[in-house]
Amino acid sequence: MNNNLIQYIYGIADNSLILGQRLGELCGHGPSIETDIALTNISLDLLGQTRSYFQYVAKLQGNGANEDTVAFLRLEREYKNVLLVEQPNTDFGYSITRQFLFDVFHLALLEELQKSKDEMLAAIAKKSIKEVLYHTRFSSDWIKRLGDGTEESHNRIQTAINDLWIFTDELFHQTDADKAMIAEGIGVDVTLLKINYYKKVSSILEEATLQTPSIEYFQKGGKQGVHSEHMGFILTELQYMQRTYPNMTW
Amino acid sequence: MSEKEVKSLEEIFEARIARDEKIEPKEWMPEKYRKTHIRQISQHAHSEVVGMLPEGNWITRAPSLRRKVALLAKIQDEGGHGLYLYSAAETLGISRDELIEQLHSGEAKYSSIFNYPAVTWADMGTVGWLVDGAAIMNQVALMGTSYGPYARAMVRICKEESFHQRQGYEILLTLCNGTPEQKEMAQDSINRWWWPSLMMFGPRDADSPNTEQSVKWKLKRKTNDELRQAFVDQTVPQANILGLTIPDSKLKWNEERKHYDFGDIDWNEFWQVVKGHGPCNKQRIDARVKAHKDGKWVRDAAMAFAEKQENKEVKLAI
Ligand SMILES: [Fe+2]
Ligand SMILES: [Fe+2]
Repeated sequence: MNNNLIQYIYGIADNSLILGQRLGELCGHGPSIETDIALTNISLDLLGQTRSYFQYVAKLQGNGANEDTVAFLRLEREYKNVLLVEQPNTDFGYSITRQFLFDVFHLALLEELQKSKDEMLAAIAKKSIKEVLYHTRFSSDWIKRLGDGTEESHNRIQTAINDLWIFTDELFHQTDADKAMIAEGIGVDVTLLKINYYKKVSSILEEATLQTPSIEYFQKGGKQGVHSEHMGFILTELQYMQRTYPNMTW
Repeated sequence: MSEKEVKSLEEIFEARIARDEKIEPKEWMPEKYRKTHIRQISQHAHSEVVGMLPEGNWITRAPSLRRKVALLAKIQDEGGHGLYLYSAAETLGISRDELIEQLHSGEAKYSSIFNYPAVTWADMGTVGWLVDGAAIMNQVALMGTSYGPYARAMVRICKEESFHQRQGYEILLTLCNGTPEQKEMAQDSINRWWWPSLMMFGPRDADSPNTEQSVKWKLKRKTNDELRQAFVDQTVPQANILGLTIPDSKLKWNEERKHYDFGDIDWNEFWQVVKGHGPCNKQRIDARVKAHKDGKWVRDAAMAFAEKQENKEVKLAI
């Protein structure tokens, strides 16, 4: 069993799982039915991608593992998503900023991952790109609308960007598993994506008449399994049924 | 227009409906027809949107990824139904904002079934099976209704609702083939949802006003009691396959009538919920009002942005 490969996949798939879960909280509570449907759609895409990754992980693990044991039955420290995706839905501005800051990264990651030597990962990436392209367009458009909309929306979205900015640097950190997978031609070297990421994000912020924050200190930890205080609550809901009724089929 | 002219227009109008012609938005229609349709279509739209709440409540706790994705997709469909129906209502000369205002103020109603709490995972199965099932029973008849946009909306919506019903049934089937705890969860859920589902067909025919007019306009093609009976007849064999007991000691096949006999609905409970005092009436409306209020700055921003873009285009054109 290739543990580095499994850890590497967690680093990608857990982002989709936790962000999909966060978006799922919003279903039925959006600012309009149209945005409600669109955010649900993004959640659906991300969870669909999660399933593909975890089916692959389950195959690598063997021993009766399946996508649900992988998704639901790990300890908090074993989830490897970045801190950004676990941040709460404080308001629509935070939700869409979280989405935007993740989407731009996600798209760049998948564009490289489709060249992976691991055929399965390359195939999942290829299939997901179309979806993530749409996510990126959706969240970028909203950043522009809210940035250049009313004074209130401008201020609110700027606040969200300032607050969530500290979580962007972690997107470009590498774990030992990442390094091992890069060496094998399977993993993506995310450090190479960093310059373009900030360029793209800044140019959209500029178009939206928003300021790119100049912050020197960033937060990290999720990639090592050290999460924010939110994570335990996310997992409490996510794992509720599987923990309460172990070993059952649903 | 003189009274006599209106009278003859009305006769032509009723004759068209009798010939099964569809009435389209731009065409003349009696004011009462317009009002009745706005009320019914918007009530239906509100039901779709409020109906997203009890199921939305279970997305984060769904027991498997497959179920989570299917539930999200179902609720997304319901949102789509809501949009589609609001648009149909708007063709009658009222805005979505006005309709939403009516929902929030309590002036407009929505299906009472959504005022019951969804407290276990089995409820996601039961709601699909019974609630979507009862909705289909009502709506299939409406595919032939006289107002064109409503009839067409029904055709599209019914297709998706029957998918939801199968999906719900399949959730319960899995529980009933599972552990004793799972089966008990399913039985408990049927116990709670059975009677409210029967209430979805409305008051007894004897207590239901307006029926004659609605029948003429094909808004009602079968009476409440007929639909309720058809629902019971359809559902009991399905419950038997699941191995679940329907919580009605009077339920019995009547060989003479070729229908199931069933017990009396608790009409006190029915009216309590309809009048706004069900277990979740307040939570449901509060949740809708909160979403709308919290979203105001977002909608305002989108509008302001769109206006700015339009002005830019005009400037470029000049
Ligand atoms: Fe629906
Ligand atoms: Fe439905």
